[in-house]
Amino acid sequence: MAWFTRSKPTRQPAAEEERRVRTEGLWTKCDHCRQIIWRKALEDNLQVCPKCDFHFKIDAVTRLRLLLDDGRWEEYDSDLVSTDPLEFVDQRPYKERLAAMQQATSLKDAVIAASGRLQSRPVQICVLELKFIGGSMGAVLGEKITRAIERSLARREPLIIVSASGGARMQEGAVSLMQMAKVSAALMRLDQARVPFISVLTDPTTGGVTASFAMLGDLNIAEPGALIGFAGPRVIEQTIRQKLPEGFQRAEFLLQHGFLDAVVRRHDMKPFIARALDFFCGPVH
Amino acid sequence: MDKVTAPAPEPGEAWQRVQLARHPKRPHALDYIQRLFTPFEELHGDRCFGDDPAIVAGMGFFEGMPVAVVGQQKGRDTKQKLYRNFGMPKPEGYRKALRVMKLAAKFGRPVVTLLDTPGAYPGVDAEERGQAEAIARNLREMAALPVPIVTVCIGEGGSGGALGIGVGNRVYMLENAIYSVISPESCAAIIWRDAGKAELAAAALRLTAQDLLRLGLIDGIIAEPPGGAHNDPDGAAELLRVTLRQALSELAGLESEELIEQRYLKFRQMGNFFAETAGGSA
Ligand SMILES: [Zn+2]
Repeated sequence: MAWFTRSKPTRQPAAEEERRVRTEGLWTKCDHCRQIIWRKALEDNLQVCPKCDFHFKIDAVTRLRLLLDDGRWEEYDSDLVSTDPLEFVDQRPYKERLAAMQQATSLKDAVIAASGRLQSRPVQICVLELKFIGGSMGAVLGEKITRAIERSLARREPLIIVSASGGARMQEGAVSLMQMAKVSAALMRLDQARVPFISVLTDPTTGGVTASFAMLGDLNIAEPGALIGFAGPRVIEQTIRQKLPEGFQRAEFLLQHGFLDAVVRRHDMKPFIARALDFFCGPVH
Repeated sequence: MDKVTAPAPEPGEAWQRVQLARHPKRPHALDYIQRLFTPFEELHGDRCFGDDPAIVAGMGFFEGMPVAVVGQQKGRDTKQKLYRNFGMPKPEGYRKALRVMKLAAKFGRPVVTLLDTPGAYPGVDAEERGQAEAIARNLREMAALPVPIVTVCIGEGGSGGALGIGVGNRVYMLENAIYSVISPESCAAIIWRDAGKAELAAAALRLTAQDLLRLGLIDGIIAEPPGGAHNDPDGAAELLRVTLRQALSELAGLESEELIEQRYLKFRQMGNFFAETAGGSA
């Protein structure tokens, strides 16, 4: 686990992102405001639409580069892989699905656990990778986050978790369900030890991830427009048999209903977290 | 590491358990409460928004011992089903549950929780009032409750909605109960785009009591009368009584710190189904 530097995003955009950002050479169309924007301008603006401020999804590596000083971090447990406890088979064995995902993302599961510095302060950070089976939480994700909490506790370094997830991983059944309890119990220890935990919710964060660690921060903050909820909007629409209103379950909606401390633009995220950690821990020497 | 080598159950078997767990005559939480916790005084409300009839909570006496009871409650007839919201709790239900558990903790009383829900209610009002936050908070707070918690899944353990009152020192399932991350119907709808394939999904999800025991997620299985609990609710309650008596008496000997530590370690080791591979991405 040596220090290393990632100078460029190493992965190609996934199909989903490809649909969002329709590439026409150097130009791209914002799916939100429908305006044509220069790709380079979007990149320079941290994947935020320069015209309408729509926050495009970014991958875990890009997120880490954005938040950590010099784009450097030390990664932990990067080799941890699921052993498929259910021997789950639907149209395709889960093992094969995992292997294909690992190939496509060059990750072993849906989270990167790392330590680094945020405005000079040592922090533990976990970033969920939505492209890996929807950022879903199975045994590996639960274990990696729990170990990160334990490192936070042992070193008394603040913990940051950036969520992007559809919830628990169906293919690991009740094993993934119990990760909610496992991670939440570990967070109780961190809470009692008064080591700060900042939960950053990004688009989308739903299901068992929201209903466990993502809602348990000393601060729960979200990017503008992020979809955040327990049940997904489609499930709710099926239950109530009507269309949901515009803006339902978006970050601004949660802020209004009292479940977020703040909605923070991507550009302001790092300074916001740094100020919060100054407030909690005092300035870095 | 810990590989599950036992053969998969027959597809039909898991589905049979699903049907039994949801049987219209299956005893619900209050059916057990009125047989085992006498007298029982129900306590209402979350002191914040309202009272959720999908969760009952209160002060009970189990063989003379004061015990707080919290259970998800389904209805029997149509009117009751609607009143109980089909056993799907809202945030105020989880907050009431936590309030009563903390009350028990304050006065040193053990807690028994009974799980039986298709899931937390997926509705507009539940989202507005923070369904996810309510469940998450319970998971964290239950981890530090300084009194014994005994959890029994008596019917449907519907995902986070069930787990929201399910962080026990001991966790049991009735023989025909199920406990799953997602309903077989929803799982089938996602995977096969056909809710009719629920029988296949039920088998794939490994949601029976035997499955959870094998996966190391529960402490034991409580037998039901022949044919299922609905055939003999009194008998089912007596079988539950034996397990509760033993669990409560074992836990009564532990100090608060030991209870918290035991509960923590129990959940900490859940799901050790991972391996280190050579040649990681870093
Ligand atoms: Zn735009």
